[in-house]
Amino acid sequence: MSDRILGIACLALAGLYIAFATQIQIGFMSDPLGPKAFPIIIGAALGIAGLYPLLKPDPEPDWPARGRILEIVFAAGVMVAYTYALREAGFVVSTAIAAALLSWRLNASPLAAAIAGVAISVGIYAIFHLVLGLSLARGPWGF
Amino acid sequence: MDVFASLLHGFAVALTAQNLMLALLGCALGTVIGALPGLGPSNGVAILIPLAFTLGLPATPALILLTSVYYGAMYGGRISSVLLNIPGDEPALMTTLDGYPMARNGQAGEALALSGFASFVGAFFATWGLVFLAPQLVKLALLFGPAEYFALFTLAFATLGGITSRNQSKSVIAAALGLGIAMIGVDHQTGVPRLTFGEIHLYDGINFLVAIVGLFAISEVFLFLEHKGEGEHGKAPALGRITAPLSMIRQTSGSMARGTVLGFVAGVLPGAGASLGSFIAYTVEKRLKDKHGTFGKGDPRGVAAPEAGNNAAAGGALVPMLALGVPGSGTTAVLLAMLMALNITPGPLLFAQQPDVVWGLIAALFIGNVMLLALNIPMVGIFVRVLQVPSKYLMPAVAMISFVGIYGVSGSTFDLLVMIIFGVLGYVLRKLDVPMVPVILGVLLGNNMETNLRRALTISDGDWSILWGSWLAILLWAMAIVGFIAPLVVGRFFRVTRQPALEEKAETADPD
Repeated sequence: MSDRILGIACLALAGLYIAFATQIQIGFMSDPLGPKAFPIIIGAALGIAGLYPLLKPDPEPDWPARGRILEIVFAAGVMVAYTYALREAGFVVSTAIAAALLSWRLNASPLAAAIAGVAISVGIYAIFHLVLGLSLARGPWGF
Repeated sequence: MDVFASLLHGFAVALTAQNLMLALLGCALGTVIGALPGLGPSNGVAILIPLAFTLGLPATPALILLTSVYYGAMYGGRISSVLLNIPGDEPALMTTLDGYPMARNGQAGEALALSGFASFVGAFFATWGLVFLAPQLVKLALLFGPAEYFALFTLAFATLGGITSRNQSKSVIAAALGLGIAMIGVDHQTGVPRLTFGEIHLYDGINFLVAIVGLFAISEVFLFLEHKGEGEHGKAPALGRITAPLSMIRQTSGSMARGTVLGFVAGVLPGAGASLGSFIAYTVEKRLKDKHGTFGKGDPRGVAAPEAGNNAAAGGALVPMLALGVPGSGTTAVLLAMLMALNITPGPLLFAQQPDVVWGLIAALFIGNVMLLALNIPMVGIFVRVLQVPSKYLMPAVAMISFVGIYGVSGSTFDLLVMIIFGVLGYVLRKLDVPMVPVILGVLLGNNMETNLRRALTISDGDWSILWGSWLAILLWAMAIVGFIAPLVVGRFFRVTRQPALEEKAETADPD
């Protein structure tokens, strides 16, 4: 079933891709092939290749249970929130919180996760910013 | 003899205090990365590229640092294979077969020392192979026109799934996805925006570093979340003394020699990375020498052959990457990304125009190799301790360092979000058994491939037959077709030989 969905997704993507590619504006000067042709070829290849898993799917991969999928969604959510928090709260605070949350979800006890978060954040800050001079996100407090 | 003069010049470039320090740092870091389960040469190097880039290192030192990491990770992969029966990366898969039984027989120290030595032999001779073979390939590459390059790129994609690929249609899907992503952005030749949907951030295209770090590193974090709590590895067995007796080295010298040759050839051929090198080395050794059924029960030859093979293949894979600019495996694709990030275009012109970079790099490989041998045998105990870092603390750190690297490259929230999207995509692709390496290669080579196609058709004024207009191009097309079809025939045979238990392990191992 998963493979059939993959096949359908590929076909849909290929269709969309070709549709968008044909709408590329061509300037008044162009080489014989122009900017459209190669994207269309790629779209066609994607569509043709997508037919195979649709018609002849591989055995089902063992998807994780629903709880685990939620974990992954949660982790992705933490990362998205983290990218926005960087600007607002600065590197050290947001990294400590994000790392602690991830570590907590990977089975660390809350206290150990909090300590790990702070250690990872301060450690990265010390090595990459203080020693190597990399510029990291500055928050309202300058770190 | 100009090869030796060039090599000597390379050593002059590489042997500065700063470069030696970087090589040492890279070797140590690489060994740690290779030893950690879930981190291997490709995602380890992937995380470090943006960092090396933002630190503003000049090209040669940056290259020395990262290739040392690459070689170091190849060495390090065997540590967890031997001690924990968990391959640190895919090429180290075969080492688990005899390395772990050796460790259980109380020979852990011997197995580690022997595999370290075998790695050294494989990598050392493969680097010599690189020295002599790459300039020859460059001579051939100078005959290439745009049509031949287009055929060469197609060849790379057609064979990338590898001889053991299970489903060629999924390799094509992966390649098309990668190429499709590469098309986003302003067209270089006509200046029109393509597939940007009016989003300014997309005008520059999607940065390949963002794609690589997302696909390799972030997806790894998701994979760990899925498997958390399972397979928490036990304690490593006691090491004993970390030397291999001379008799053992003498007994395995033939295995190392065969492993090195087979691995090197497998590495040079398109579409076969270090995994295939170690796989072939082990299989052939078993066919030839397993007279008493000792393989799989802790036979030292079963450790020496695949380790020599995998490190020789790592060196061999650098030949097409440096000489043609077309990588044959995941890790060399990542190294290509590194070169491109440093604004170096590999290929024949690189050898002519920037000999400092090429020969400095090759000299650094020799230096790194000696350093790794020196680091690995006496200090393996320290690396073993690193293995004990639980993934619940390691993985968040990996994720955060990935963010730091990408933030350093662009400083934009948009790129970080794209990286997360690639992480999710990478996770889904890995679950669906779609290989990720063609995606990476597509993103890296897409624009170059298109440019060559359009250049060829400009020369012929729109006549497509130029694409197969020379014997060289026809040869490349023929190789591409054979390479694409071969796994359908040969793959059946290979899959029978590859035990199902290995396939199981391969899912979580770092792709090569």
